[in-house]
Amino acid sequence: MTSQVEPVEAKTRTRYEGETLAALTADATAIMERYPDPRSGLLPMLHLVQSVDGYVSRDGILFCAEMLGITAAEVSAVATFYTQYKRHPNGTYTVGVCTNTLCAVMGGDAIFDELSDHLGVGHDETTDDGAITLERVECNAACDYAPVVMVNWEFFDNQTPETATALADKLRLGEDVAPTRGARSVCSFKQMSRVLAGFSDGRADEDAGTGEPTLAGLRIARERGWTAPEGASASPDEPGETITGEPGSSAARKPTTPADTEVGKDKKPGEDAK
Amino acid sequence: MTLTPVLTDTWDKDRSWRLATYERAGGYAGLKKALKTEPAELVQAVKDSGLRGRGGAGFPTGMKWGFLPPPDGGPRYLVVNADESEPGTCKDIPLMLASPQHLIEGVAITSYAIGCDHAFIYVRGEVLHVYRRLLNAVEEAYRAGYLGKNIQGSGYDLDVTVHAGAGAYICGEETALLDSLEGLRGQPRLKPPFPAVAGLYARPTVVNNVESIASVPAIVAKGADWFSSMGTEKSQGHGLFSLSGHVTKPGQYEAPLGITLRELLDLAGGVRAGHELKFWTPGGSSTPIFTAEHLDVPLDYESVGAAGSMLGTRALQIFDETVCVVRATSRWTDFYAHESCGKCTPCREGTYWLKQVLHRIESGDGQDGDLELLLDLCDNILGRAFCALGDGAVSPITSSIKLFREEYQAHIDGHGCPFDPSASALFPYTPKTRTPGTLAGAGAGGHR
Amino acid sequence: MTVTTNKTEAEAAPVELVTFTIDGTEVSVPKGTLIIRAAEQVGIQIPRFCDHPLLAPAGACRQCLVEVSMPDREGNVRPMPKPQASCTMTVAPGMIVKTQHTSAVADKAQQGVMELLLMNHPLDCPVCDKGGECPLQNQAMSNGRADTRFVDVKRTFPKPIALSTQILLDRERCVLCQRCTRFSEEIAGDAFIALQDRGAHQQIGRFDEDVLGFAGAESSTGPVDRPVGEATTDTSGRPFSSYYSGNTVQICPVGALTGAGYRFRSRPFDLVSTESIAEHDSCGSAIRIDHRRGQVLRRLSGEDPVVNEEWITDKDRFAFTWQTAADRITTPLVREGGTLRPASWVEALEIAAAGLAKARQAGGVGVLPGGRLTVEDAFAWSRFARTALGTNDVDQRARVHSAEEAAFLAHVVAGSGVGVTFGDLEQAPAVLLVGLEAEEEAGITFLRLRKGTLGTAKTKVFSVAPYATRGLTRMDGTLLPAAPGTEAEWLTSLTTSLAPEGSGIDTGALAQPGAVILVGERLAGSPGAYAAAVGLAEATGARLAWIPRRAGERGGVEAGLLPELLPGGRPVADAAARAQIEEAWGGNVPETPGRDTAGILAALTDGALGGAIVGGVELADLPDPAAARAALDAAGFVVSLEVRASEVTERADVVLPVAPPVERAGSYWNWEGRVRSFGAALESSALPDHRVLHVLAQHLGVDLQAASPTEAHLSIAMTQRGTWSGDRLQVRAGAPAAPPQVGAGQAVLATWRLQLDVGRGQDGEQFLAGTAKQPVARLSAATAAGFGVADGDRVTVSTQRGAIGVPAVVTDGMVDGVVWLPLNSAGCRVHETLGAAAGDLVTVAPHVSETQVTPVTRTSDNSEGKAL
Repeated sequence: MTSQVEPVEAKTRTRYEGETLAALTADATAIMERYPDPRSGLLPMLHLVQSVDGYVSRDGILFCAEMLGITAAEVSAVATFYTQYKRHPNGTYTVGVCTNTLCAVMGGDAIFDELSDHLGVGHDETTDDGAITLERVECNAACDYAPVVMVNWEFFDNQTPETATALADKLRLGEDVAPTRGARSVCSFKQMSRVLAGFSDGRADEDAGTGEPTLAGLRIARERGWTAPEGASASPDEPGETITGEPGSSAARKPTTPADTEVGKDKKPGEDAK
Repeated sequence: MTLTPVLTDTWDKDRSWRLATYERAGGYAGLKKALKTEPAELVQAVKDSGLRGRGGAGFPTGMKWGFLPPPDGGPRYLVVNADESEPGTCKDIPLMLASPQHLIEGVAITSYAIGCDHAFIYVRGEVLHVYRRLLNAVEEAYRAGYLGKNIQGSGYDLDVTVHAGAGAYICGEETALLDSLEGLRGQPRLKPPFPAVAGLYARPTVVNNVESIASVPAIVAKGADWFSSMGTEKSQGHGLFSLSGHVTKPGQYEAPLGITLRELLDLAGGVRAGHELKFWTPGGSSTPIFTAEHLDVPLDYESVGAAGSMLGTRALQIFDETVCVVRATSRWTDFYAHESCGKCTPCREGTYWLKQVLHRIESGDGQDGDLELLLDLCDNILGRAFCALGDGAVSPITSSIKLFREEYQAHIDGHGCPFDPSASALFPYTPKTRTPGTLAGAGAGGHR
Repeated sequence: MTVTTNKTEAEAAPVELVTFTIDGTEVSVPKGTLIIRAAEQVGIQIPRFCDHPLLAPAGACRQCLVEVSMPDREGNVRPMPKPQASCTMTVAPGMIVKTQHTSAVADKAQQGVMELLLMNHPLDCPVCDKGGECPLQNQAMSNGRADTRFVDVKRTFPKPIALSTQILLDRERCVLCQRCTRFSEEIAGDAFIALQDRGAHQQIGRFDEDVLGFAGAESSTGPVDRPVGEATTDTSGRPFSSYYSGNTVQICPVGALTGAGYRFRSRPFDLVSTESIAEHDSCGSAIRIDHRRGQVLRRLSGEDPVVNEEWITDKDRFAFTWQTAADRITTPLVREGGTLRPASWVEALEIAAAGLAKARQAGGVGVLPGGRLTVEDAFAWSRFARTALGTNDVDQRARVHSAEEAAFLAHVVAGSGVGVTFGDLEQAPAVLLVGLEAEEEAGITFLRLRKGTLGTAKTKVFSVAPYATRGLTRMDGTLLPAAPGTEAEWLTSLTTSLAPEGSGIDTGALAQPGAVILVGERLAGSPGAYAAAVGLAEATGARLAWIPRRAGERGGVEAGLLPELLPGGRPVADAAARAQIEEAWGGNVPETPGRDTAGILAALTDGALGGAIVGGVELADLPDPAAARAALDAAGFVVSLEVRASEVTERADVVLPVAPPVERAGSYWNWEGRVRSFGAALESSALPDHRVLHVLAQHLGVDLQAASPTEAHLSIAMTQRGTWSGDRLQVRAGAPAAPPQVGAGQAVLATWRLQLDVGRGQDGEQFLAGTAKQPVARLSAATAAGFGVADGDRVTVSTQRGAIGVPAVVTDGMVDGVVWLPLNSAGCRVHETLGAAAGDLVTVAPHVSETQVTPVTRTSDNSEGKAL
């Protein structure tokens, strides 16, 4: 066992200093104040740490432990549970290719393989220039735009190996890239992490446009003049009384389901989650 | 059956995400009306509407609210589950991107109805702009007096905190979500107590899905009967149906529950040109797969259940004949193994094992008996795991072996996959020969 | 196993019973009983890993699945769709449970889970410490399948990881039942380990950059941590972990957690187990000593629901090698030509008897038996002093002591039987600690107090101390800040108001029925404090208990090992009291009250006493070791009864070897007043104190009636006939010392012993030593600034006698003008180096020259003799 005299708590205190420490402390305090229990602030605080260090560093973990009065083991327990917390310095951009089933079969696998060869890095590895960390990502709730690539968690829809490599090249050249849905340009990993910590960057109104799949059903409804049935007046003044939808609308539809008489039995409260 | 745009109705408007846009479209009429109504009446109205949880399980939303114990002076919480992560599910994200105020108004009404003064929206961390839009929507609502102190002069106060997750599918399970929101590892809690009794900070808590809450304003504004005039007797109202995969016009189709995939495919231009439907999921990867046989199954809770699957999140993933069902299932299994929280043995170890067997079969190293092994392992996981993730993990395996056993056997007998992986892609390419990714367990983060 | 977690002797409320059926047997159990517990009660064993009766249910391993049917509203019994975890579900009226014995579903579910658990298990049972006593191994045999169908790639980890110098972790063997992390969080409040990573990668661990694959691992030297509350690194340079970590090894259901000292040393089936009682503190914790061929290989916690439940401190678990240290004395020794030489018992006893007789003529013999005696020994020492040496110059207190304390012990403690119990602490509405740091000085007491704060009683803990210790923090306790020596002020002010003006503190709970005041031996150094504690107890009705550090002190008080006290609380000065004892002992009891330890040492120095007979006393434990050495050097004749060579044996004319606890039977009287008997674990020819004193007395013509344990017990019983109903000594408040005038560069010294330090009782256990806290000096921010000292700087704390150099830790909320040091830690031996005690003035300055740095490594010089 090592037994030389260690500076007291050298291993147990964060090494942030001066302005960095002051700013982090102020931000962390603001985060903790959002919640009835400060401990709820741990996830945003870890995003905050990534916005400063570009990953979850030892100092970041100790900082969170100090702020919350918990052990570093309890902090790393959380930091190592969630995939967005990186244990090594992340590239300026996380390029995540969805390789969950649907995106994968529609081209995601090909895109990942192409990017991996093109960049010379594998999953969760960072290019030497520090520009890109390549990842396989799970379903990102954009299946109607498959195959999908995420850059710093902005949507790049309907990708191909060609568009993806071109995108990667631009990122490595430091050029601005615009997602197909989202802000007008992709910000850096650190900037993104700060937003995820709950500190707005004022870009919510930026819009790269609403994709066609999002509007697919609505377009058809508009073309065909379909609407939901008219409801009672929404004005709070007159009490709402119900108007059944006009004939032809689903309101007129008789219950047709054979199983209509069977309510889902084995459902218990709590299963609403998935 | 016709489409019924309610939640989607404002999505094509200019700057649809802005409060002003939402108000011009009649937004917040529901809240104004609600604030003049007894909370108990609101709960009753939602019960009467027949609204059932849109997050997957379909538990009646009003009943869930009704489970809260009587007020004891202490805090009660509403937590919105915006951790949309189920493979194939892509309805809440576009909703929050295009029209976050739908959700915010629903949050305000629901909170008022259940006597909550601080609501939380837990959104997955992997959708940056959605989080921006939500933060902004909440700010706008505060400025307009729809949130904050003395809302609309009613004397009712409400704070809303938007909380970003950090990447963990399991946090879609409501008790795991609560632990995560408390700053812990997102692992499911023992039930009972249920969140209604002891949820966030061990206080009475309602956890609802985004679409469920977003559906509330219209129910309040237009009446329960209006809502229940749509859908079937037991599955009432409108819902977002998300078509994805090998379909001509993928996207969001808002229709009454009970519409069929055949009807939806007609609207969406059918399966991609020159191909035919092979299999599909009615409600995400955790719901047993269907085939063309099931095209006319009404997409409501009862009918889909009776047909052997679950309506789930109405995530209709369409796969045509170019797709290898073993590859699809194997990849879904990778997902469950990667996302297993590790708390319980059947899920943690079971998915680790299932994944390796499926990898073997897919890469040509399958052995006779592997299918029986897979099915027996699934039997040892189903209903044995701590939460529903384990059950979800085995759904694609058991259902696909049931429907496509010979295709599995072909992989074993032929020592490999008979399919050309590029055929299912939307673009031509030459597959690179590369070793299958690292095995489960080995190497942090890798999930192949 | 302890079947209930919250039963106390006090509890006797009628329990509501629930009747249900398990495997066809109808059973009635208390409402709220878990299925798995109910099954145990009817002899049905359901396999389990994560379940532990003293931990909250987790339902994580899923090994205990059973089939359950429940009556619905109409009373029709319906099977539940899924098998249920019997460790998380409580029984309900009419419930029908089918375990693996009667349900194919339950059996397959259990076999399935077992197969999954073994799938990634290394199956290295032949080289695993747990092999032979392993729940995984055993239940795999009873509830598993003979073969595995797993032909794929196992999860592997490098092994093992050292969580501390004492606790090793083999992650491959771990089944992630979380017993260890749940214990650390729920019981000890030391979350030094937690679940790390996710899914198949999930593992137990500390924050170790290397293990978890964080950048910067290259520079990492083991775990990085910030323990809760005041705590720094341990002496191995790692973050301090816990004083209770050994319990995680014992409750680990596989061989994942092992103790470094025992690793690869033995096989369970080669061990002989003996139930015993731990000797390291006054709690009297039940332990199990496992030995093989006359050698102790390990100690485990025993199971005693009313005392230590199933937990013990790491000190009680790991510190046992002292009893077989190389300096054990095996034969009598006599001094010849200035050096000690071996002698026969006969020769040694004759010389000792003659020398003592002569010394008695030459002014008398002082008797210093020490504070670690068994009850049997204590009574023999007391009787020996009175009847063989005709003196009341006897005092067991080898520590800071006072006349006020002696009177307090005679008035409140002696002959009071079983008073406040551990169970009472768990149920108390409030507990006030004064002069006592429970975690450091009576470890298991801390666990019970903490259990109370988290339990139904929601105990409020208050501590009169110079700063909020880590222990107090983990009990969510309230500090009543006091500089050493001023404890009486708080106690007095609380007597008049439980919410003193301006203190912002409400101790009102102390007035509620069941409230307890726990006072420690350190109050002897705080004039007036014992008396004030008595006053507060009388004013509030709170019950009062005294918790000494050493295992023998309560017994010593009962035996009258004090200058004014005879057995059973009888005052020496009371003729009737003396008469009763004389009747029991058949001999004269001197009527003049004797000298206390300080008085005896002084009298030896100035020759007023002719000699001394000394038991297990370490001179370095005394407030002024130098003076003590001088006293024994000056003594005309010294007899020493010792287990191991010590500073006393160095100065003795005759040394009579005595047996350590493991080699003899005996009993300790724990602080509750409970007599804790134990048998000899090892065969030995070594003699216990009472036997040696008996034969020595024979040479002095006195029959001590203590030849055998039985005889010793009988003669004790004689003194216990009828409790003393006469007057007791009144508590005399010592003159409150004038608050010390703190000059420039000075501070008031606060100090107490840490659970793990350089006490000789921990000799020879380097793995344990590595987990001791690194000694530091604690100062408030203002005080530190006053000395120009910053957090982490080395400071020098000095007196005329000497100086101690340790790192400074600025401690929030600490009383200004005070510096705290551990009393007897490596490189920080306060009595020895400074000749100072708590309340004394010391000089504090920034450390200057590195040459004076006292090493933080464990030094070979020892103190706090652990010798009976």
